[in-house]
Amino acid sequence: MKIKQIAELLNGKVVCGEDYLDRSVNSVFASDLMSDVLTLKSEDLLLMTGLGNVQTIRTAEMSDINTIIFVRNKKVNEEMLKLAEENDMVLIECPYSMFKASGILYQAGLEPIY
Amino acid sequence: MHFEYIIDGGNFAKAGTASSLFKKVLKQLNVDPKLIKRTVVALYEAEVNIVAHAYNGVIRIDIDTERIYINLTDKGPGIPDIELAMQKGYSTATPEVREMGFGAGMGLSNIKANADKLKIQSEVGKGTTVEIEILLKG
Repeated sequence: MKIKQIAELLNGKVVCGEDYLDRSVNSVFASDLMSDVLTLKSEDLLLMTGLGNVQTIRTAEMSDINTIIFVRNKKVNEEMLKLAEENDMVLIECPYSMFKASGILYQAGLEPIY
Repeated sequence: MHFEYIIDGGNFAKAGTASSLFKKVLKQLNVDPKLIKRTVVALYEAEVNIVAHAYNGVIRIDIDTERIYINLTDKGPGIPDIELAMQKGYSTATPEVREMGFGAGMGLSNIKANADKLKIQSEVGKGTTVEIEILLKG
C-alpha cells in the first residue's frame, strides 16, 4: 500500500517527506519499545509508535525503516524532523490511538511482522 | 581502516550519533545491506549502553575485507554479574533510559544475536569493554 493512502486512512498529517508518499509498504510494527523494534529482521515495514523522541528516529535509521506514524497525537519536534530529513524519512502525525490506527491498517490489508 | 568515536555518558540527545556516522561509512564501502543492519543495530545497542550506564567511552572500529571489529571501552560502574546482565529482561536502566524507549533488558542479547562474536569484560568501579565482530565473508 502507498504511504499516501495510509496517511489518508489514518487522518494523518504528513510532517516530513512529502516527496516520498508514493513509496509502498506491506507490513506494520506497532511498538513504544525501541528495543523490540531493534530485534526485527524485516525491512519492508512501517513503524507505528506513541514514543515521540529523537531515539525513535535513530532506531528507525538503524533498522532501515523509512516511514513512522506517531499515534495518540504525539508531535514531532525540530530535532526529530532534522534527523528524519537527513535520512529521507516520512513522518506522519495521527490523532488516533495505537489500537484504532492498527485496526484500520489491518483491515485495509497491511500485514503484521509476526 | 580505523575509526574512533568519543561517547559522553548521559547525553541521550546525542546517543546514536556514532552509529549513524559509521552506517554512512559502511554504505559508502558498499557493504551488503543485511550486514550493515546487523552491524549498526549491534553498535547502536552498545552505544546506547554507554550513554545509559557509563561516564564516558570510546568506540574504536577496524574494518578490512574479512571483518568489522568494534571495541567499545567505557569508564563507568562496570557490570558485577555479566551472565545476569546477558539474561533477557534483566535491566538496571534508569527511568530516563526507559523514557527513550530502551531499558527493557534486551540490549546485550540483541547484540549477541546480531554479532558473529561478542566478548564482554568488566571491572566493577572501573568500566566495561565490549568487543563485537561481524564477519564480512560467509
